Amino acid sequence: MLLSEATTTGFDLFSLVPWIVFIPVIGLLVNLIFGRKWNERIIGIVASSAVALTFVVSVLQLIALQGNHHEAHVVPFVDWLSIGQFHLPWEFRVDTLSVTMMLVVSGVGTLIHIYATGYMWFDVRYKEDLKSYRRFFIYMNLFIAMMMILVSGNSYLMLFVGWEGVGLCSFLLIGFWFDRNPDTTFGDKNAFAGKKAFVANRVGDFGFLMAMFLTFWNFKTLSFTELFPDAVAHYSGDPALIWWITGFMLLGVAGKSAQIPLFVWLPDAMAGPTPVSALIHAATMVTAGVYLVTRSAPIFNAVEGVHIMVATVGAATALFAATIAVGQHDIKKVLAYSTVSQLGFMVAAVGMGAYVAGMFHLVTHAFFKALLFLGAGSVILAVERGHHPLIGGHEDEHEPHDDEDHHELFDPQDMRNMGGLRKRIPWTYWTYMMGTFALMGLPIFAGFWSKDEILLDAKLEYPVIYWVLVVAAFLTAFYMGRQVWLVFFGKPRHHASEVAKESPWSMLVPLLVLAFLSVFGGFMNWPFEGGHQFGHWLGYTIEKATGHALHVPAFDWGVAIPATLLALLAIGISWLIYGRNPLKTGQQDPLEKALGPIFKGMHNKWYVDEIYDFLILRPYQKLAKFFAETLDWNIWHDWFHEKGIRDNFQKFTRFLADPIDLGVIDRIANGLASTVKNSGEILSRLQTGFIRNYALSVFFGVVVILGYLIFR
Amino acid sequence: MDFILEPLNLVTFFPLVGVLLLLLLKNEQKKIARWVALVTALVTFGISLWVLSMFDASNPGLQFMIEEDWIQVAGWKIKYALGMDGISILLVLLTTFLTPIAILSTWKAIDEKVRDFQLFFLLLEMGMLGVFLAQDLFLFYVFWEFTLVPMYFLIGIWGGEKRMYAAIKFFLYTMAGSILMLLAILWLGIRQGTFFLPELIAKGGIPADVQFWLFLAFAAAFAIKVPMWPLHSWLPDAHVQAPTAGSVILAGVLLKMGTYGFVRFNLPLFPEAAVQLAPTMALLAVIGILYGAAVSYSQTDVKKLVAYSSVSHLGFVILGIFALNEQGIAGGILQMVNHGISTGALFLLIGFIYERRHTRDFDQFGGLWKVVPVYAVITLIVSLSSMGLPGLNGFVGEFAILLGAWGAGTAGGPLGTPLFAAFAAAGVILAAVYILFMFQKMFLGPITVEENKNIKDLNWRELLVIVPLLVFIFWIGLYPKPFFDLIGPSVSHLVEMLPTAVSTVLH
Repeated sequence: MLLSEATTTGFDLFSLVPWIVFIPVIGLLVNLIFGRKWNERIIGIVASSAVALTFVVSVLQLIALQGNHHEAHVVPFVDWLSIGQFHLPWEFRVDTLSVTMMLVVSGVGTLIHIYATGYMWFDVRYKEDLKSYRRFFIYMNLFIAMMMILVSGNSYLMLFVGWEGVGLCSFLLIGFWFDRNPDTTFGDKNAFAGKKAFVANRVGDFGFLMAMFLTFWNFKTLSFTELFPDAVAHYSGDPALIWWITGFMLLGVAGKSAQIPLFVWLPDAMAGPTPVSALIHAATMVTAGVYLVTRSAPIFNAVEGVHIMVATVGAATALFAATIAVGQHDIKKVLAYSTVSQLGFMVAAVGMGAYVAGMFHLVTHAFFKALLFLGAGSVILAVERGHHPLIGGHEDEHEPHDDEDHHELFDPQDMRNMGGLRKRIPWTYWTYMMGTFALMGLPIFAGFWSKDEILLDAKLEYPVIYWVLVVAAFLTAFYMGRQVWLVFFGKPRHHASEVAKESPWSMLVPLLVLAFLSVFGGFMNWPFEGGHQFGHWLGYTIEKATGHALHVPAFDWGVAIPATLLALLAIGISWLIYGRNPLKTGQQDPLEKALGPIFKGMHNKWYVDEIYDFLILRPYQKLAKFFAETLDWNIWHDWFHEKGIRDNFQKFTRFLADPIDLGVIDRIANGLASTVKNSGEILSRLQTGFIRNYALSVFFGVVVILGYLIFR
Repeated sequence: MDFILEPLNLVTFFPLVGVLLLLLLKNEQKKIARWVALVTALVTFGISLWVLSMFDASNPGLQFMIEEDWIQVAGWKIKYALGMDGISILLVLLTTFLTPIAILSTWKAIDEKVRDFQLFFLLLEMGMLGVFLAQDLFLFYVFWEFTLVPMYFLIGIWGGEKRMYAAIKFFLYTMAGSILMLLAILWLGIRQGTFFLPELIAKGGIPADVQFWLFLAFAAAFAIKVPMWPLHSWLPDAHVQAPTAGSVILAGVLLKMGTYGFVRFNLPLFPEAAVQLAPTMALLAVIGILYGAAVSYSQTDVKKLVAYSSVSHLGFVILGIFALNEQGIAGGILQMVNHGISTGALFLLIGFIYERRHTRDFDQFGGLWKVVPVYAVITLIVSLSSMGLPGLNGFVGEFAILLGAWGAGTAGGPLGTPLFAAFAAAGVILAAVYILFMFQKMFLGPITVEENKNIKDLNWRELLVIVPLLVFIFWIGLYPKPFFDLIGPSVSHLVEMLPTAVSTVLH
């Protein structure tokens, strides 16, 4: 191997690691500065190759790690700041954990960028805003750079810089079509969704900040190298401290990884273009919380009981979101709640201390959920193209249909408008099925192995969590079954689905690659003899940090078989409801009829948004209004200052002036009082000689003083 | 002649050269007046850079010291003393940096009595520089009061509809505080036999109960200037009425005179009182942070929103200062600069749109991004810096402040509880709420008002005004080390004076 030789002959591959941040930055700058006149192809190539190069550098880091016996390597970059005893260098940390994240982010990122070059070509035309193509890729490259800062930083503060940075990109990309509603009419729903995401994330960031302050003042450092294992291992033994740190960190995780109680922003985030949903709101950014917990493993391990707190939040989220996913009609909303639910699985896993299982699921989920979102994007685009062919577009000119369609409000994301699409868009259909099987957890597909590992760890140590997750997994298979029957089977329920068009190759190739990974990706942690490669690989980092060997439970048929049977059962039920008698145009969802108010609750997300609105948002708005108008203005400004101080002062001066008749005071007081009242009159007086005299006297005063000093 | 060429004399009084030239002009000679003012301000900026190049960052003490006997009557020893250290250098640079920018922003906006306007502006710059450099209490007071006069006229003549009301309120309100400070200065000077600050600090020996009252007297002047909650009632009036350039300097520099005063005078002169009163000050600061954020959120006028946000932002600065540790104070000083840059930029941006649409009402905007993308992106960057996004300047200061405040809240620290830091950090969430609200109202969503469809994007002059600010927003945000290195040694030196105070209070 040439590259491994390179490492031995002295060239240090690790020194390349800063480029994972700078290549995407260069990509975005190139498009920003020169892209104005470029056509879409060049812009897309620049952006995609920037991410692809980042992937190459990430692979080089992998090679470098192999050459370094998997020992973590820290590459100092700059001295960022130091105040008193607080020193913060910006260092890149290359270890098996960070490289895993780098590979996922840049690998999946590259595929999604390629996909987006095709998808956005259509999207900007449907939104009639061609200029936004460049804007989109600038944001996307910025996101990759921020995500890389997040995963490669060697301290909590650098992690936080990336953490908020990706939040910004998320805000920008959710509100990408900021002057439109999801149904492309003019409005600002998308902008609202972006703001909601940012604020919910900020609530989480508040927790992160608190955790950082506690960490710093108790361990005197934020650097991972210094914290783990030494500082934390020798902590004084104050369990309350660990509870506070992990509790605040969990709030941060809840914000970024959409856990209860802060998950509400993620479903709304689907307002962003679909590649964004795939990249940011499924595969990478939202998993940052899982990464954070894994990175902080020694802290979470330090006190008994912390695990159960985190795992409970994760498991509750997994189940809660899965129920909501059952009741959605929007193809992306189903996937969104599914993502919340799957993130719950991961958080539950890392919460239980099953870091490998959690990270493993993070990786496989990145494959199959990115695939599903991109597939959904392909479905939506196909329907949209069927509904409203682009004049002069790729191959859309033909197949005219009646014009009336253009005027009705048509939602290309509503599954009730779909049906029978497997024949119209076979490539999308087949790849989508691979992702679906992986998510359902059917054997040999990637999701099976990772979910199985989570369930196994849960069963051994936290039976309650195990049962909650099993139910969530059952629901997962059910809502995915429902979705597939509704979208791909039966007969088209809308003209648009009848004439839907398969997407271009730029979109299909990423789907194929991801489908491959969704099928075979699970073998990276083959749970039998001679396997567990991924576990060993991560173990180099986690074991070193915690100082304990990772516990690797043996494969248990007692977990795998029931889980598989349950998934099959769920598919069967979904077939009974949606597959046997396909939904007809205009027909009510059979589940809606059967479940009644329960379906309504699921469909309306159990009214969590409304509850937050009632409990938090509206009271705050009222309070702010009360502060601003009543307290600050009417009372403090007008009543106290104007009425209380000014008017009484005027009365007082008049009292001095009139009865006592002191000439000097009389003049000043009236002067003051009338100035306030008759500003116009005073102003005209000012305009004549007053200012000049005043200014001159000020000036001469200064000159005299200076003159005295100079010439004395 | 040598005396004039002392670096600090040059930097402080160079604006007077421009004033002299302006006096020779007539009000009708607008163009020349503008150029004279701009060139003067630029040269002043150049001089300040020259001073920076000679500044020894590793030296915590006062540098370029000028110390002359000035007035000696009846045992009063008043000195003419200027000096610069890490606490003041960035504020001096901020002043000389913002002044030419503000002047350039008036090119089109100020068209009446141009000469007088520029004249007052340069006088104001001189006054502010004097405030940051004076090392004698009496001289400081002279400069402090002096700044009131040009600002009064800037608001009162070139302001909005209720300008006289706002100008007088500004003048009287700040003067009321200053008078208490003057009494305290006189008491100190007479009792200690000197007004010279380094001498006063070295002498010390003021009993704790007396310190308490002196601290409060100084604090009265500074807290009104900042303004700290609940003494902020003059600020929205002054900001809303002031012309754009006036608001820029008011928010950018004038308010910092208050926070600077706390660091320069209250901490070293009354260390025991500072420790004793730190929780009170921190409490007011935190109330200001949350209250300012809430009140901002409910405004319908953009300028008023930004005005109230200053109450919130400067609450952070005060909190940092009264954390009484290196992180807090250094963060506070850097945050003064950051607020000057970000809020200055916001006022400039509001001025740009006001010149086009003659309104600042949220309901009159919406969807502007599509019409004026460059303006929108710049506003977004400045807004994000204002809400403390990492990578931009606001975060660095806020983080250091909160870190310091938390440290001051750990066992044995002057604040006693980390709750101050926790509530202040919650203010970071509220900042996102009102700033994103503002941004969304103005730039996102569809265009709802017909007039907005034909607004022109920023022109070259406006870009020239705003881009230098953006450079610092990024520079401080991405690589804050050089800035902290300038501040650090002087702050460490200041903090070293305080622990003794901590121990005396504790026992």
